[in-house]
Amino acid sequence: MAKRTFQGGVHPYDGKALSKDKPIKDILPKGELVYPLSQHIGAPAKPIVEKGQRVLAGEKIAEAGGFVSSPVYASVSGTVKCIEPRRTVTGDSINCIVIENDMQYEAAPPIHSMDYKDMKREDIIRIIGEAGIVGMGGAGFPTQVKLSPKEPDKIDYVIVNCAECEPYLTSDYRKMLEEPDKLVRGLQIMLSLFPGAQGILAVEDNKPDCIETLRKQTENMDHIFVRSMMTKYPQGSERQLIYAVTGRKINSKMLPADQGCVVNNVDTVIAICNAIDEGQPLMHRIVTVTGDAVKKPQNFRVKTGTLYSELIEEAGGFVEQPEKIISGGPMMGFAIFDTDVPVTKTSSALLCMTKDEVSKWEVGPCINCGRCVEVCPSRLIPTRLAEHADHFNTEGFLELNGMECVECGSCTYICPAKRQLAQSIKTMRKTVLASRKKG
Amino acid sequence: MSELMKVSSTPHVRAKDSTARIMLTVVIALLPAAGFGVWHFGWKAFMLILITVATCVLSEWLFCLAVKKKSTIGDFSAVVTGMLLAMNLPVSAPWWIAVIGGIFAIFVVKMLFGGLGQNFMNPALGARCFLLISFSKIMTDFSYVAPGGTDVISGATPLACLKNGDPVVVRDMILGTVQGTIGEISMIAIVIGGCILIMTGIIDMVVTGTYIFSFAVFVLLFAGRGLDWYYLSAHIAGGGLMLGAFFMATDYVTRPITRKGQIIYGILLGVLTGIFRLFGPSAEGVSYAIIIGNLLVPLIEKISVPAYFGKKKADTKK
Repeated sequence: MAKRTFQGGVHPYDGKALSKDKPIKDILPKGELVYPLSQHIGAPAKPIVEKGQRVLAGEKIAEAGGFVSSPVYASVSGTVKCIEPRRTVTGDSINCIVIENDMQYEAAPPIHSMDYKDMKREDIIRIIGEAGIVGMGGAGFPTQVKLSPKEPDKIDYVIVNCAECEPYLTSDYRKMLEEPDKLVRGLQIMLSLFPGAQGILAVEDNKPDCIETLRKQTENMDHIFVRSMMTKYPQGSERQLIYAVTGRKINSKMLPADQGCVVNNVDTVIAICNAIDEGQPLMHRIVTVTGDAVKKPQNFRVKTGTLYSELIEEAGGFVEQPEKIISGGPMMGFAIFDTDVPVTKTSSALLCMTKDEVSKWEVGPCINCGRCVEVCPSRLIPTRLAEHADHFNTEGFLELNGMECVECGSCTYICPAKRQLAQSIKTMRKTVLASRKKG
Repeated sequence: MSELMKVSSTPHVRAKDSTARIMLTVVIALLPAAGFGVWHFGWKAFMLILITVATCVLSEWLFCLAVKKKSTIGDFSAVVTGMLLAMNLPVSAPWWIAVIGGIFAIFVVKMLFGGLGQNFMNPALGARCFLLISFSKIMTDFSYVAPGGTDVISGATPLACLKNGDPVVVRDMILGTVQGTIGEISMIAIVIGGCILIMTGIIDMVVTGTYIFSFAVFVLLFAGRGLDWYYLSAHIAGGGLMLGAFFMATDYVTRPITRKGQIIYGILLGVLTGIFRLFGPSAEGVSYAIIIGNLLVPLIEKISVPAYFGKKKADTKK
């Protein structure tokens, strides 16, 4: 049963007005392009090019390194300069293929030449995997794996995550308005994989224009429905979205497919449409460049591998020197200390803020107010979990179901004592996951 | 880029509310009750409030100084403790009672256990009970000189009258023109303050509601008066129940953090208050009920861990 929302959540200042009315603008990279071999969840991709080799735009430069993995494509034509560790948004050094742009944009042939009508289920899934498509909302889970559940007949819902609940982000918003046909087409392709499923476009109700556009687009389709969701962060979190749309609940030990659901983000679905219909691999994405420090906040169609510093230049530079720059939104994005890092498949935004709210506040003791409990979408007790985490009390942490945390950060956001609850919990989760892997 | 940017863990934005702002709102919410006390009892009530607040803030400041910690008085929680303690004193109390109470509340109940957030019982109530036991005569002397008058007004509190079977006027109890401690007498003033807390989102009705409701049910069942609404409303309006239910049982630090725990806690407080009031030697029971409730919070929290999102019935603990 549809619920429209979930229990808990917060309402941060949304800042979308800065960039929401700016149409998507194509930009071309100037300097070298950097392609991390790990832009997805799973095994890193394996490079298949060598230093000095010439590559074309849309040519595969690294192949999938395992079942849960994804290939990487060059987004420009040029020469492979080197393959070496470079800094990425998370601050880690990851092996990257660096390509010197020759400004020719010479295109490689499409990745397949099949007609959609002749494609079988396996072909579609293979092409999606071959195109290097991953969850572009941020997690980067290889899409072909998501689309191959054990029992495809038991999938009842294919949900397109059009919530875009992260403040400041407008890339999905623009896509929904500018390319609704491709979005719906992508959804139809996915639906063809699951005979028993209906397609749902789940949009937050702060985007009435998108809802209207998509409703018009899907008017005559009996399997596709547009659902309006309550505007609340983290409405776009997979588990919360599934609950809001279907009333079904999944926990950390389950996959969406266990409850008959497949969820994909807007950009991902459009990438599927491009891959199947045009044979185009994933080599660009929409990035919102915004924040009060940017002169002209807007939405760009960016070739992956472009450095962030070029995006800032394209947006007119800074009005004021920013104190903090975030790759992604303010709730889940990564703060970066340097803008010479590349746009990857999962980069949704570049947010430049003149003030760093976090360092402004002094952390105080927990007063047990219970707000973190109230807002936690996973219905946990964040303050107790954080306390256990800070004391390295794994047992206590697990007893309070710490592994169910979705790391949305609502607890830290709401905390009146400004405690870094999510940070403590995330750190502990990583430790537990690592020790499980070892064991 | 020459200069490195600031980095930190997510999220990068914060809600506006802070601890200090919450505490200040509580102080504001206490003003109607305090103001009524001053209007009813005269300037001496005002002096007592000032003394307890000053003692509490000063004690906290001195404690931080003594243990070489950064002063924590900026969070205004000591002001709240001071105000609450004054609300619980009779106007006839001498100044030194206020000072001892303030020092006990801050030093013993709050700071020795680690300061704000670590105290296991409400500091103001801990101090009140300490004073009640140590100086019971002073603490139960509710005589006063009304402002503008010269005669000492003395007499039993409405609850004592109830206990002795004497008549009470519920209307006066709701308005507050009765005997009692400085802040507990006027139900209306307290409820106005409580509404401020609810509207600003500081508290909700879970603890307050279950407390008052379960107390009412207990009285109906065990007072032996049947459905005597007048008697029941006198019990609800009388004594420290309103002040306790809105301002002290809801104290963040010393109430359970989960909704389920709060319901158990509210019911427990209602039952304990009922037992103390109906069967105990004293007519009052709220303060003791709340501090006993405070002590049981860790146990309540143990049995009230909420079911996490997506929990299946089969998923019992590993």
